[in-house]
Amino acid sequence: MTVYLVRRILQALLVVLAMSLIVFIGVYAIGDPVEILISPDADQIERERAVQALGLDLPLWQQYAVFLTKALQGDLGRSFVYNEPALKLILQRMPATLELAFGATIIALIIGLPLGLYAGLRPEGRFSRVIMAGSILGFSLPTFWVGLMLIMVFAVYLGWLPSTGRGDTGTLLGLQWSFLTWDGIRHMTMPAINLALFKISLVIRLTRAGVRETMLMDYVKFARAKGLSPARVTFVHVFKNILIPVVTVVGLELGSTIAFSVVTESVFAWPGMGKLIIDSINVLDRPVIVAYLMMIVLMFIAINLIVDLTYSMLDPRVRLESKGT
Amino acid sequence: MTGKLRKLALVASTAFIGLSAQGALAQSVTMAVAAPVTSLDPHYHQLSPNNAVADTIFDKLVNTDAKSNNLPGLALSWRAVEPNVWEFKLRPNVRFHNGNEFTAEDVAFTLQRLPNVPNSPSSFAAYSRPIQAIEIVDPLTIRFRTAAPHPLMPLDMTNVRILDRETHQNATTEEFNAGRAAIGTGPYRVVSHRSGDRIEFERNDNYWGDRAAFQRVIYRMITNDAARTAALLAGDVEFIDQVPTSDLAKLRQDNRIALSETVGLRLIFLGLDHLRPANENSPFITDNDGKPLGRNPLQDVRVRRALSIAIDRKAIVDRVMEGAAVPAGQFLPEGVYTHVPGVTPPPFDPDGARRLLAEAGYPQGFRIQLNGPNDRYVNDARIIQAIGQMWTRIGVRTTVEAQPWTTFIGRAGRADFSSHLIGWGSNPDGSHPLRNILATVTREKGWGSSNRGRYSNPRVDGLLDQSLVELDEAKRVQMVIEAQRIAAEDVGVIPLHIQTNIWGMRRHLAHDARNDELTRAQDVRPAAR
Repeated sequence: MTVYLVRRILQALLVVLAMSLIVFIGVYAIGDPVEILISPDADQIERERAVQALGLDLPLWQQYAVFLTKALQGDLGRSFVYNEPALKLILQRMPATLELAFGATIIALIIGLPLGLYAGLRPEGRFSRVIMAGSILGFSLPTFWVGLMLIMVFAVYLGWLPSTGRGDTGTLLGLQWSFLTWDGIRHMTMPAINLALFKISLVIRLTRAGVRETMLMDYVKFARAKGLSPARVTFVHVFKNILIPVVTVVGLELGSTIAFSVVTESVFAWPGMGKLIIDSINVLDRPVIVAYLMMIVLMFIAINLIVDLTYSMLDPRVRLESKGT
Repeated sequence: MTGKLRKLALVASTAFIGLSAQGALAQSVTMAVAAPVTSLDPHYHQLSPNNAVADTIFDKLVNTDAKSNNLPGLALSWRAVEPNVWEFKLRPNVRFHNGNEFTAEDVAFTLQRLPNVPNSPSSFAAYSRPIQAIEIVDPLTIRFRTAAPHPLMPLDMTNVRILDRETHQNATTEEFNAGRAAIGTGPYRVVSHRSGDRIEFERNDNYWGDRAAFQRVIYRMITNDAARTAALLAGDVEFIDQVPTSDLAKLRQDNRIALSETVGLRLIFLGLDHLRPANENSPFITDNDGKPLGRNPLQDVRVRRALSIAIDRKAIVDRVMEGAAVPAGQFLPEGVYTHVPGVTPPPFDPDGARRLLAEAGYPQGFRIQLNGPNDRYVNDARIIQAIGQMWTRIGVRTTVEAQPWTTFIGRAGRADFSSHLIGWGSNPDGSHPLRNILATVTREKGWGSSNRGRYSNPRVDGLLDQSLVELDEAKRVQMVIEAQRIAAEDVGVIPLHIQTNIWGMRRHLAHDARNDELTRAQDVRPAAR
């Protein structure tokens, strides 16, 4: 187990290093941050001063070396735009994104699992067909369009929910959370549903496919032959086994929701990390872009690790030692 | 102005007493702006959204009205006492939000801070650079000594927000952003700031000028255009800026919504390649078979004029901009003191354009690529598409390439393009576009830093040079107008239109539209009923 963990961590560090190099070169190739950030009427002297202030006068490899040295001391650089440590900026915005992503995932599981189970157990039923047709919509409607439609219907015409923003927040562990206040939950509802739509469809389809496959297995037939109640067969024998693919996919989906909920966050003016990263890319704020992507890589690695560990709990046949390679 | 505001304040306060429930609502306003404010440090980043918020919290020696005319701010009056010395008489009895008194020491401290803000991506240092020495005559009189006569000193001072020496001696940008150091003399004080999300303001009841209408202001940032309009329609916010042109028709008909608009100071224009001499190829111009032309047709003023009159500016304004602009033939709109009288938007004349091309030796035209950004100016990509079709109609076969600003601006700066669309937001003095766009690129003078077509005309340069040391304001304005007229006749750039600035609000509000695009809390008040 320890060997396995150490190996995973080393792999993670290599990936992070490679990623930071790629982003450095990528941002350099796109353009010059000073051209974008500087006031158009700045004269040449001011432009040179700004280039120097941001450390962009050095050759690229030196800039990268400076970055690495500082990164090893835990300093991922200061944002060109906000003049604050990049990591601090990201962490400030993280609670907003985390609660949205978890909210969406919970909604997806609460709605997706029962519907998927139902559709799997009664594949020919009329309601099952409605569910499956609905899940196609969930997959194919573009997020920004659904988001705007939600706003138009529930905020502008019906006036039930606030259109944008985070609302009141409560404090927990020194951080601001929307889910602690009623106003915050009202603000969260639409963006969370918007993010969840795709996931609901995904969970429905995975569950349904899993159920249909598992129902034909010998151990299910045997359980039935033993005379166990249908409920016990469904929830113990079938449900537990179909959870493995669902856990994997939902885990990875959670990761990508945290990392890339850009569209939903900008449509709903939700001040999370997704909005930060897209704003940073627009002005080539390299320290923030690099720090953000490094964090995301680490997060994905951590999620994968957790998924693997969960596997071994759900399925005793999986041995971690054999999976590390 | 003052009387009107007082009356409104009276109306507002009477309403407050009369109807306590509604009155409580009228005491606060929620605004939403399109562009995120990146810092509350007024000297960290020269950026319009930051400047708008800074004008809410701080004051300048010279403030500006909605038409960008200079007004006494923290200075009551100013004059050049000697050719090289400006004297500012300061306003007495002004206090910062924390109670500290404002004096000449604070002005001196502010000017010394400008070049010393660490990591600034775009500093205000240029406004203190001409000042060689600062002399405090008495606590309410300060003198700036310059190396040469500097007529633009009052204009420079409209950009410098004054800090308190005692409070801000060692204040860092981070402390400003956290709200702790965001202490000025302005009409509002900062209650809280959540970066990229919202700022909450509270009225400064001890403000020296007209009291702001609302006791509390929530200043939100909603970057997505459709979401901002929806938030206004839903009533979540009561006031928005940068109303998207696609929503204009709908909002004009909505009786819950009022709009405030004014012609702005931002010209959208085409820059042309003046860098390659007449006998060399321009990078994106070929003959009709796609072979090198062997010369740069843009060096011929007849070709430039032909390209200019081939553009139907009115059609672009009406159909692409949905009326949210006025056709232009120069940088500044009518009514601004350095507007060039008699230089009108070039009339649309495709036949005349063809004749000019033939005269210049291109009866069959040529091919050109027109470049531009697609995420910077209102409808930028659609404008260059329209122009591409108009040029093609006079025989200049045009391909159009729109790209993100991040990649576009670097290439434009290196003069990579033959023709490109770009915009310029002026201050109201014609010396501003002249210095930055029409003057020959000269590092020592700081000229032409945004002259991306590398236009150069000795007569323009000469007049600009004289005007920059002319203390007689009438003479100086004449020189600035004359230099702009020469550049316009020479078609140094092709002006297209000046954008209209549009704000949207619920009916119960009114707003003084500003031509400098700044969205400030103190400009919003309850509508008179």
